[in-house]
Amino acid sequence: MSTQVFYFVATLSIIFSLMVIFAKNPIHSVLYLILTFFTFTVHYVLLNAQFLAVVNFIVYMGAIMVLFLFVLMLLNLNKDTEPAKSPLIKIIGVIAGGCLVVTLIGSLKSASITSPLILKNQELGLVENLGKELFGPFLLPFELSSLLLLAAMVGAVLLSKRDEVEA
Amino acid sequence: MDSGFIIEKFLLVAVIFGISLLIAMYSTYAERKVAAYLQDRLGPDRAGPFGILQPLADGVKMFMKEEIIPTTSNRWLFVVGPGLALLCACIGTAVIPWGSPMVIGDKVVPLQVSDINVGVLYIFGVVSLGVYGVMIGGWASNNKYSLLSAIRAASQNISYEIAMGLSIIALLLITNTLSLKEIVDQQHGWRWNVLYQPLGFIIFMVCSFAETNRAPFDLPECETELIGGYHTEYSSMKLGFYLFAEYINMFVSSAVMAALYFGGYNYPGMDSMAEILGPTWAPLFGTGIFFLKIFAFIFFFMWVRWTIPRFRYDQLMNLGWKGLIPLAIANIIVTGIVIAVIEKF
Repeated sequence: MSTQVFYFVATLSIIFSLMVIFAKNPIHSVLYLILTFFTFTVHYVLLNAQFLAVVNFIVYMGAIMVLFLFVLMLLNLNKDTEPAKSPLIKIIGVIAGGCLVVTLIGSLKSASITSPLILKNQELGLVENLGKELFGPFLLPFELSSLLLLAAMVGAVLLSKRDEVEA
Repeated sequence: MDSGFIIEKFLLVAVIFGISLLIAMYSTYAERKVAAYLQDRLGPDRAGPFGILQPLADGVKMFMKEEIIPTTSNRWLFVVGPGLALLCACIGTAVIPWGSPMVIGDKVVPLQVSDINVGVLYIFGVVSLGVYGVMIGGWASNNKYSLLSAIRAASQNISYEIAMGLSIIALLLITNTLSLKEIVDQQHGWRWNVLYQPLGFIIFMVCSFAETNRAPFDLPECETELIGGYHTEYSSMKLGFYLFAEYINMFVSSAVMAALYFGGYNYPGMDSMAEILGPTWAPLFGTGIFFLKIFAFIFFFMWVRWTIPRFRYDQLMNLGWKGLIPLAIANIIVTGIVIAVIEKF
């Protein structure tokens, strides 16, 4: 049952991801990206990682994508404003993309399929267990990453304040 | 999964959905009556006794009106917008515990669709998703006023979500759980969370007003500046969907506030009442009490709307970022210190 659901949702994820790239309108791209993130949330639920699922839901779907949409709506991009690209750039793009594909195929060919990883504790993804892991063995990395986020936040505030000081 | 379980959940979902729609319908009536009372008028009184059939008349009117889709709009998204708004409003009811488990014969029926162990976060996620309906509708209308309104809605939603999340964290420090059912059960009798978290409750309530786009935070539909806001181009039932979504949101956030801070289906003297009524009817009585609390909150929403004028945009942002967020952080710190001190001694 859950394998079938996985394949169904995985197919959806791939379709929506492709639509992100192929959509002509940037707003449509963002909306497809939101759908892609939604399918990721379903994947997390299937893996019994409820906390990760709901955080993905809140942070990516609910906050970051709202910001993306917000910015794109303000920019109001459409075909007329998009600069025409010269054929040279297109050729370079095709060559670079082709190189990447070749590299990926080469590395995937030599990769062997590892045996599936079996979690020692199936309930690891639930909030309580995750919290105990984060604030137990992983306390230092956890606190350091929060410091990193704080630094980023202070930096962003500083950037927005700079004009005021100079003026 | 046996079929009995599916039927039971299906019935529960159907009943909750029906009740949500009914309450949303009569909230429109109640809003007009409350407004009339506060402004010393009579309000709707033509359809039926006391105008009690007014929501039906409004509904028929909405359905009968001509459906207009602007030719310059993005047709597909224009239709998706209101649907998404209503969908996001409705799915929040899934995790709210409406009553303690009810015993029917020898079967125990939980009066909650799903007791997931991240219930609080689920509610939070649904709330943050709610803005998409407004944003997509406002953008797809291809109208500058609608677009401005959509952008206002997005920035307001993001700003107040932070303070809302922070106020919930202080509550979670006390309850030690994310499951709404457990949070409500902890508030047995008189031990309501609002007594322990008064500041957290006030912050949460202000943010709820902002998240549901209710006055004084209804800048996205500020008619003096933006005509009708995000639903300027909408007509007929699609407009109805947006209006309906607002009332359902109001109902859901009232339910969340009542469950998180005002004890949900708990009331003083519930144990002696349970003995009198028996295990079948006592939970239903508790549910009735829960709905009374919800109605009180809905009335409060309306009372505020007809009392306080709308904020200016900078006032809105100042209140959110410079007022509520620092207050919420201070609340977390104080709560944390108090808990640490109590555990120590």
